[in-house]
Amino acid sequence: MTTDSIGDVTAQSFIFAEDEPFCLESGETLRPVTLAYETYGTLNADRSNAILICHALSGSAHAAGYLGGDPDKVGWWEDCIGPGKAFDTDRFFVICSNVVGSCYGSTGPASLDPATGKPYGLNFPVVTVGDMVRAQVNLIDHLGIDKLLCVAGGSMGGMQVLEWAAHHPQRTHAAIPIATTAHHSPMLIAFSEVGRQAIYADPAWNHGAYYDKAQKPDAGLAVARMVGHITYLSEESMQMKFGRRLQGLEKYGYEFETEFEIESYLRYNGRKFTERFDANSYLYVTKAMDYFDLTQPTGSLAAAFVGSLNVKFLVISFTSDWLYPSYHSKQLVSALTAANVDVTYLDVRSSWGHDAFLLEVETMTNLLGSFLDRLVREEQVAAPAGYAPRALPAPIIGAQPNRTRLADSLA
Amino acid sequence: MNTTPNQPIAAPAPESPAARLRPDLRAIAELVDPATRVLDIGCGDGALLEHLRDRKQVRGRGIELTEAGVLACVRRGLSVRQGNVQEGLADYPDLSFDSVILSQTLPFLDDPAMVLGEMLRVGRTAIVSFSNWGHWRCRLELLFTGRIPVAVDLPQQWYESPRRQPFSVTDFARFCRQVDIEIDRQVYMNRGVRIRTGRFKNLLSTTAVFTLHRRSR
Repeated sequence: MTTDSIGDVTAQSFIFAEDEPFCLESGETLRPVTLAYETYGTLNADRSNAILICHALSGSAHAAGYLGGDPDKVGWWEDCIGPGKAFDTDRFFVICSNVVGSCYGSTGPASLDPATGKPYGLNFPVVTVGDMVRAQVNLIDHLGIDKLLCVAGGSMGGMQVLEWAAHHPQRTHAAIPIATTAHHSPMLIAFSEVGRQAIYADPAWNHGAYYDKAQKPDAGLAVARMVGHITYLSEESMQMKFGRRLQGLEKYGYEFETEFEIESYLRYNGRKFTERFDANSYLYVTKAMDYFDLTQPTGSLAAAFVGSLNVKFLVISFTSDWLYPSYHSKQLVSALTAANVDVTYLDVRSSWGHDAFLLEVETMTNLLGSFLDRLVREEQVAAPAGYAPRALPAPIIGAQPNRTRLADSLA
Repeated sequence: MNTTPNQPIAAPAPESPAARLRPDLRAIAELVDPATRVLDIGCGDGALLEHLRDRKQVRGRGIELTEAGVLACVRRGLSVRQGNVQEGLADYPDLSFDSVILSQTLPFLDDPAMVLGEMLRVGRTAIVSFSNWGHWRCRLELLFTGRIPVAVDLPQQWYESPRRQPFSVTDFARFCRQVDIEIDRQVYMNRGVRIRTGRFKNLLSTTAVFTLHRRSR
């Protein structure tokens, strides 16, 4: 694995809909809208080497490098974005955009409502994955990019990828949906709802009006995150990582303190999450995922992609992912095949559960690198000025994923 | 199905030497018309599809079961989906391809009749290659040793995985007549070398390559 990093990166933001409001699928409007984003690499002369990265539920625009030069603020997909990596920033202009409704610099429930001068809270309109992507289309327009080389992302990022391919197919040559689904299943909605109920049940949530209070709904948000973390792992990865080991104890205490390592892991990650995420954003973003269903309005998934004949797909799933199981991706691949779309698909053998999309760096680098090579060749993409190709190091057979990253996964 | 060893990600060589192709794949490649749409079922490491793309401007797709095979295909810049033959074929609309290829896979299928039917639903023509258990060596082996013969071009014992079902050129031709499949072009090979067989196709060939179409269409 290469350890090269893109290095210091800076947060950027783009404001639009200052005059004309941004219309949402719900019928509500937003004005203005801010999108936080970062870019890595150089746009080539004919603006054909741009790749958009879409993040997952709790992710941000900070996908690679060190934000503001801080070595502790590493991007969430640092393993795959950088010089010589899968998304090679020597060759490509990589953009990562935050989503509307998030709390990482884009307009969301924690932003100030211009009508009242106070945070929106629950007055923030409900947004959809479609809205998130239409906001990104505005960003791509703003950056002067007519057509992206590809859009890529995992989990909720994968939903945005599918939304791009289905509803803006003329704006991208390729789509790479990873560990995702084209329609959020009842089970996924159920997990979202448990997370939301945990937040509602926290008295400090106060129907979303807590921004001026000392006490935030941290307890509720932490439980929501704990449920999330369970769904990102697999029984096998929990077994390997924690087993039934006790945390700092020789034997059972017969009490309700944290005893098992898995309990400690969940509590730690729940607590840590409250330091970086907003409870209302969690409600809005999970709601957006729950509404995601590309089979609508026709009932046919293939029908969603009839206009996507010129978009090349690379669909990736992971064998141990039970949150977005492989058969969701297989249904997608079947629908794309039936719609005569060019699709490449691999169900990667992995024991890391849903988190595998961040951890199976070796296989991902091979797949993404080769697929992007093909796009470069077929779309005749010129490298930016001064690009010198480097030989990738031979893959390390049997390399283990970096386990410490599990705790920081942004599934 | 062999896969290429790990190699740096790079554009494929503009001319991959045809000599590196397995002999039956070379014969298949000659039977494919230029600039057509081709589906290769069980495409392995993608050597045939790459050859067809680079030499014949074929627009190819592949179906491959193994992760190593899919990765090798993607490395060659091919469009390939992981899956088995059954689940893979059902998704394609009728007549999506000019040719559907199945090389050295027929004896391993659970339901060869269904797969051949599906191949001729999604493709105008089908191209198959298979090892021939009707070869004289197989016949003598059974006669003189009493052992079930091992096909000359498929040296796999009866107890090895995956299970396979022996059949001969004559069996295949008979089946085709029964289900209204017409055998068009025929290539016969002996240990990788193309041969003229005259009347003794079944006796002299170790591998046969056929193009097929459905008579009733």
